Amino acid sequence: MSETYIARSSGIAARMLAGEMMVMNSMDSTFFTLNEVGTAIWQAADGRTPLREIVRARICEQFDINAEEAQADADRFVTELSSHGILLVSDHPFAEESAR
Amino acid sequence: MTLMAEMGQRAFNLGVPLAIHLDVTYRCNERCVHCYLDHDDHGEMTTAEIKGVLEQLAEAGVFFLTFSGGEVFMRRDFLELVEYARRLLFVVKIKTNGVMIGEAEAQRIRELAVDTVQISVYSHRPEIHDAITKLPHSFERTIKAIRFLRDQGLRVTIANVLMTPNLSDQDGVQKLAAELGVHYTLDPTITPMMDGDTSVLALRIPGEELKGVFENPALVPNQEEFCAPPPPPTAEDLEGYSCSAGHSFCYISPYGDVFPCVQFPLPTGNVRQQKFLDIWNLSPQMNEVRAIQAKDLTTCSSCSHVSSCTRCPGLAYVEGSMRGPSTADCEKSFYRTGVPTANMLQQGLSKPRGFSGNPVPLIQIRPMPALA
Repeated sequence: MSETYIARSSGIAARMLAGEMMVMNSMDSTFFTLNEVGTAIWQAADGRTPLREIVRARICEQFDINAEEAQADADRFVTELSSHGILLVSDHPFAEESAR
Repeated sequence: MTLMAEMGQRAFNLGVPLAIHLDVTYRCNERCVHCYLDHDDHGEMTTAEIKGVLEQLAEAGVFFLTFSGGEVFMRRDFLELVEYARRLLFVVKIKTNGVMIGEAEAQRIRELAVDTVQISVYSHRPEIHDAITKLPHSFERTIKAIRFLRDQGLRVTIANVLMTPNLSDQDGVQKLAAELGVHYTLDPTITPMMDGDTSVLALRIPGEELKGVFENPALVPNQEEFCAPPPPPTAEDLEGYSCSAGHSFCYISPYGDVFPCVQFPLPTGNVRQQKFLDIWNLSPQMNEVRAIQAKDLTTCSSCSHVSSCTRCPGLAYVEGSMRGPSTADCEKSFYRTGVPTANMLQQGLSKPRGFSGNPVPLIQIRPMPALA
């Protein structure tokens, strides 16, 4: 089974405000806020940890969510953010330089 | 309310410094007639000091960071500072005159994913622009920079400060911005110098001319609403605050001094001596600014414009009291709506007094072609 790796795009700006992560794509000023679960995935998007592992360690364990449901939500979340150029997605780990 | 406005309100309510204006230098290659700064280096923060401040700002929750000056590119390390700020994930906006931006700088700014570049253009007529900046060929170089930046796909805004020497050029500048494919913003505010010298205020456009600006549909699309008489203030309006200065915004000078706003020269601390968050949270001056509600204002609390006026507490402070009126905003409110302000009524004036100081020697402006 192939893994999915996610990394934060270098074109974004982000800051935590009152428990929510504000994210802006500087290229087109698209602005998002991520809830606690989204923020946890975002913060773990180091380009080297498989998404499945992020969901297990950062979502299921910390938020007490069923693994299948959490994985489906995480997949949707990653698809949406990648469509806006906010997350980079690959089936291989990212090189150190592009994963911050 | 947009999501961004909602987050802005949340930061305001929580007292989080969401946005900072950081002047990295007061040095400049132009000598604009209306500028409120001196242009000497009195001991600017070093590269390392600014990087340290940026780290503190990120930790404090600052999201929107405006780099300005002086002319930011007078610092050789400027793009290094932008790169560092982007690594700390700020939304970065740059204010510049563009004169030192070539193709290579424009490309680097794009690579660093800067959000917006704001460039001052005073007139569509090169001779007027150059006479205001006092730098020969500055118009040509600035427009060239705008093209380089635009061609990189960057968001560029032309900022058009309106004053007596370029009065009536706003339509031309707006048209120029449209031709260049960039945004346009107009500001008729001339502020006193940081040292309190008010001589530059003689360049403010006469109040009567403001009316023409407010009634120009190309500049104010929602004119009817914008120029409507103010609704009677509610109890909630009187509990409100003037602006975000000291609430979710502040200004840091090239020397590390922290002020509530770039237009509010009330010293609150210095980041070379204190942690930024200690100044933000504990400075008595900052706390005094953020405690002022509309009901506390000496004259404006009883003014019919209190809920809609753009009263600037910084300009009021320069006039003598941060709780008092700002004459420039009284003028705007009056000429926008035709309704006298409490400040005017108190002084028995049927129209605002305007600036009455000694006019500064003006630059030589060639007459407009139509009048020549």
